Amino acid sequence: MQSNAALEYDYTVAKLFTYTTILFGILGMTVGVLIAAQLAFPELNYLLGEYGTFSRLRPIHTDTVIFGFMISGIWATYYYLSQRVLKVSMAESKFLMFIGKLHFWLYFVGALAAVISLLLGFSSSKEYAEFEWPIDIVIVLVWVLWGVSMFGLIGIRREKSLYISMWYFVATFLGVAMLYLFNNMAIPTYFASGGIGSIMNSVSVYSGTNDALVQWWYGHNAVAFVFTVPIIAMIYYFLPKESGQAIYSYKLSLLSFWGLMFVYLWAGSHHLIYSTVPDWMQTMGSIFSIILILPSWGSAINLLLTMKGEWNQLTENPIIKLLVLASTFYMLSTIEGPIQSIKSVNAIAHFTDWIPGHVHDGVLGWVGFMTFAGLLHMAPRMFKREIYSKKLIELQFWLQTTGIVLYFTSMWIAGITQGMMWRAVDEYGNLMYSFIDTVAALHPYWVIRTLAGVFFLVGVFIFAYNMIKTMTSSKELAQEPKNQSPMAA
Amino acid sequence: MFHWLEKNPFFFSVGVFVVIAFAGLVEILPNFAEASRPVVNLKPYTVLEMAGKNIYKNENCITCHSQLIRPFKSETDRYGQVSLSGEYVYDRPFLWGSRRIGPDLHRVGNYRTTDWHENHMMDPKSVVPQSIMPAYPYMFTKTADIDTAYAEALTVKKVFATPYDAPNGTKLGTLEEGRAAALEEAKAIAADMKNKDVKDAVARGEIPQMIALIAYLNRLK
Repeated sequence: MQSNAALEYDYTVAKLFTYTTILFGILGMTVGVLIAAQLAFPELNYLLGEYGTFSRLRPIHTDTVIFGFMISGIWATYYYLSQRVLKVSMAESKFLMFIGKLHFWLYFVGALAAVISLLLGFSSSKEYAEFEWPIDIVIVLVWVLWGVSMFGLIGIRREKSLYISMWYFVATFLGVAMLYLFNNMAIPTYFASGGIGSIMNSVSVYSGTNDALVQWWYGHNAVAFVFTVPIIAMIYYFLPKESGQAIYSYKLSLLSFWGLMFVYLWAGSHHLIYSTVPDWMQTMGSIFSIILILPSWGSAINLLLTMKGEWNQLTENPIIKLLVLASTFYMLSTIEGPIQSIKSVNAIAHFTDWIPGHVHDGVLGWVGFMTFAGLLHMAPRMFKREIYSKKLIELQFWLQTTGIVLYFTSMWIAGITQGMMWRAVDEYGNLMYSFIDTVAALHPYWVIRTLAGVFFLVGVFIFAYNMIKTMTSSKELAQEPKNQSPMAA
Repeated sequence: MFHWLEKNPFFFSVGVFVVIAFAGLVEILPNFAEASRPVVNLKPYTVLEMAGKNIYKNENCITCHSQLIRPFKSETDRYGQVSLSGEYVYDRPFLWGSRRIGPDLHRVGNYRTTDWHENHMMDPKSVVPQSIMPAYPYMFTKTADIDTAYAEALTVKKVFATPYDAPNGTKLGTLEEGRAAALEEAKAIAADMKNKDVKDAVARGEIPQMIALIAYLNRLK
């Protein structure tokens, strides 16, 4: 710990990614609220002509949140904590500083280009991999730069043993690289046909059922390696730091890490239950989804037990509140997913709102709260000012928690309602409802869901305001806080 | 062993990679030989249908419509025969979707017609009063990208040996032949439509997006 005082960490790149986390968070979630509202009030499809339909905006919502908000959040926290756990400053290497900045700017330009390309109607229609091939190439370059940056820093580290957070970051790097490359294999038709037609168009190298398998191996594990693995990396650093408590069990973290790595990838085929994918693959997806509870709950329990004997901090420190609730939502989400993977449940749940409901209790509760908590912990250390307002964090916490609960409860009810209506038959065995009946029945839940989105989004704006105030006008700190982040009332 | 791995990032990374790559090897690869056989009489997309499929793809129709009829009576009653793997062989990408905000479309060609689609795409509420689907009026005036569709057909013919120009199959031919065939097909569809912009465009030798999209939807059977 003594060497810490001597070392000045360089947060230039971490700060840049912090700004884009906030920017893309606001953008992606605003679009999210808009498309939620479009389902309840379809007239809202016509605000922006052809650029404003649900079908154009939905990928912009998902991709801006995944590749904008979340990837920025991952890299903001990575560039902050990797220096600290490796005990080396980025300022020590001009090369790594250069790579770090290049990494950010190429990412930022690529992210803007990606959003614009979707808005203009270029899409490969593979969910969370909609970008056409030129954008894919930029994404691969950005990823390679992160690899150079990370392994470079690991190369010059002082602390020889990699901390748990670094395991998860390395896994994120490898996992996303593998998944993204294989799923996006496509041939640009312009070149293959000798210069005919649009240069943007490409054709997937996989077809039909095979493409579905590769896509959901990707789609499911993009959730694993963007929304789970790096978030665990964050919480393993920020929870002990903010609370001053040591991680409860090293063995449990080992078991959870290697277990998660091995089990997660198998579960992708649970997206394809009752499809034309061979039965044994569907069953494997089901079984491994259930097994996945073990490593997921292993991490969550390890983190909750880290607070053992210090639960009073929950009432005193709103950042701890965010972190603890994040772990709790992680447990909820990772028990819900396996339940939906059971074949008989999946028969009802698949294709319904229960699925986006499940996604959102994970991403809003677990991912969102963890990211906000991480950035709030980092702010006083990066900007050397205390957090602008504790009250605003409390307000954000309660607004967003209310929003999340409204979101998943309304989507549970909507999903199961629609699933049951699709299969309902009368006494003669005829279908009872036409399809449109099952849509009309969802209107009230879609209104509640929109409202839930508004609650969460207002919380994001409060967070952004609090962060900007912290950066610019909060009280300056004489020295770096050790554990609990200082904040004005 | 784990302590040692944590001090050796290279071997640690190799270890992680092997562990995460394992599932893909066992679970995904075996399907590749099995699933790529077409059902009997399945023909590759014509250039016009391909252009329609590309509109379906680029506009992300899959966000609301699935193309996968599951093996339940409630689904086969509603949408038709269960979907088979061999029916998707020429779908690059697959277009199954993951959420039915609207109904499944895998066999929509069996029970909807050109004029139904025309009315529905211009104003969904005119045929389904409670519909929440957006209208797509701009597809009646924007021109479909036939050249790109031709390029895609040529690409899959060359690279994946998709059987174009086979006896009794779909003819592809040269770019000029492809354009001419698409226009012929478009004229037949335009004859069933009433929209003046569309009819005028086809008379001029242009193909609006709506015609290509309807050609694709009519093929889904």
